[in-house]
Amino acid sequence: MISPAMTGRWRRDAEHLVSAGAPEPRAAEPHPLFRLHVMRSEPVVQVTGLVKRYGTKTAVDGLDLEVRAGSVTAVLGPNGAGKTTTVETCEGYRRPDAGTVRVLGLDPVADAARLRPRIGVMLQSGGVYSGARADEMLRHMAALHAHPLDVDALIERLGLGSCGRTTYRRLSGGQQQRLALAMAVVGRPELVFLDEPTAGLDPQARRSTWDLVGELREDGVSTVLTTHFMDEAEQLADDVAIIDAGRVIAQGSPEELCRGGAENTLRFTGRPGLDIASLLKALPVGTLAAELTPGTYRITGKVDPQLLATVTSWCAQHGVMPSGISVERHSLEDVFLELTGKDLRS
Amino acid sequence: MSIGTYTPRPGAAPLPRMIAAQTVFETKMLLRNGEQLLLTVIIPALLLVLFSSVDIITVPVGTAEGPGRSVDFLAPGVLALAVMSTAFTGQAIATGFERRYGVLKLLGTSPLPRWALMTAKTLSVLVTEVLQVALLTAIAFGLGWSPHGSPFAVFLLLVLGTAAFSGLGLLMAGTLRAEATLAAANLVFLLLLVGGGVIVPLDKFPEAVRSVLGLLPISALSDGLRDVLQHGAAVPWSGLGILAVWAVLGLGAAARFFRWE
Repeated sequence: MISPAMTGRWRRDAEHLVSAGAPEPRAAEPHPLFRLHVMRSEPVVQVTGLVKRYGTKTAVDGLDLEVRAGSVTAVLGPNGAGKTTTVETCEGYRRPDAGTVRVLGLDPVADAARLRPRIGVMLQSGGVYSGARADEMLRHMAALHAHPLDVDALIERLGLGSCGRTTYRRLSGGQQQRLALAMAVVGRPELVFLDEPTAGLDPQARRSTWDLVGELREDGVSTVLTTHFMDEAEQLADDVAIIDAGRVIAQGSPEELCRGGAENTLRFTGRPGLDIASLLKALPVGTLAAELTPGTYRITGKVDPQLLATVTSWCAQHGVMPSGISVERHSLEDVFLELTGKDLRS
Repeated sequence: MSIGTYTPRPGAAPLPRMIAAQTVFETKMLLRNGEQLLLTVIIPALLLVLFSSVDIITVPVGTAEGPGRSVDFLAPGVLALAVMSTAFTGQAIATGFERRYGVLKLLGTSPLPRWALMTAKTLSVLVTEVLQVALLTAIAFGLGWSPHGSPFAVFLLLVLGTAAFSGLGLLMAGTLRAEATLAAANLVFLLLLVGGGVIVPLDKFPEAVRSVLGLLPISALSDGLRDVLQHGAAVPWSGLGILAVWAVLGLGAAARFFRWE
């Protein structure tokens, strides 16, 4: 369960904006916001009826997925659900057995040469020469692109400066992950695919990766990421596609997905023995209220800002100071459990 | 980084620049790898010095201009070994591990086309060979080597030898597991070093074995180079022919069976 403060999706915070400084003017290019607007017209990824089999095993079984331009889309599911196969089909690594895949309007296999410069890819693991240093690998990746990012700034942004002369095979898991992420974005792609970008990261590095995804979105880059972390999908994604056994079983914004199904809960503590019946009269029909232990109250129902306001104004009228107010929202974890009957992390 | 930093501006670098960058990068990785250097530089150089200065194996020393030294027999063999170590053993091991660690896979979604990657790999092998040949030639001259024949014939042999060994190395790297490639490539290196006319003359082997060994790419290359450099032959057709067949078979099979992941 998570508190309302945590459920707000990523926003670049004020501190960031201050330290960021003014954007460089670039006459030849439209303003980022204008670009965003233009790019929102058609989906950047359109997967229809995708089927992919390995021998007798069906990894992806009639999957539909649409990624809006400029959005962050999380493909969420347990291990073996078909996340990586789906993403790797979009990247052109696999040929669909049935169905169609269009990425930036192109066929990832037939139009690979045109598509590749426009996308950035972070594999689930590896992708780097074991004897290469982080900076030279990133510089090399930049050299394959026409207008790469400033490599030094990117190294600093992702905290890779401390890697020094260490070769890839001796970097920590977190450093390897961040290098792979840097390599995915250094070519200034329109669309990046991140396959489990935060697997094995410590909380700080994870947060830093989340921040970067947020910055990509602000600058109009579309992102598709796979994850089996619920909180990652809730925090980062505009859209979440929940995959199980090779199919999308639910898709929508985290809010939409969490709204459907189970009800939410509001808790607070106050003076013991409040008049529950009077409180209930002020609340919408169907809402439940109970004093769990003396002075601890639970309200169950459609918990929205209006309900919160009603409860606090009722408290004000009755001279009650509610403390420890918390809202427990239905999480993606609950959604997944409800839809599949199994734990996402199993 | 400021707002607008990541604003999409995709595009591939011009092809020649990509190929040049990839070639430089691959060569740098190769020269940095200690095991590779052992194989491509230290072992050939040591063999050349050791077997030229100590009479371990009796080799035919006659040259186009009469009696010569053992270095006249050994230098062409060691040059052939150098080509094999880089184009076959080194390339197979490096490429095998690049495949295993997802480097080839990731480059598959970079702007660098696969043919350009293979071109860069070939150029990187050629750059390394130039360095090897320069070093080994210098050592051989120091040991009193007096080469004969046409540089063009030598060039042809080295290029066809590189093509033949590259095909076989890439075939191995693209089909076997990386560990298997590592083991097999080293084993083949050792076997061909002994049985390929590099330091041991083929006529030390029984007649039946010799005719089979003579068809190996390493024998074709070492004896072909010897025909020119030691005996002053114009164009060593049989060696070139054998190498050409190996090149076609090896590169063809590699193109057909190579798996990128």
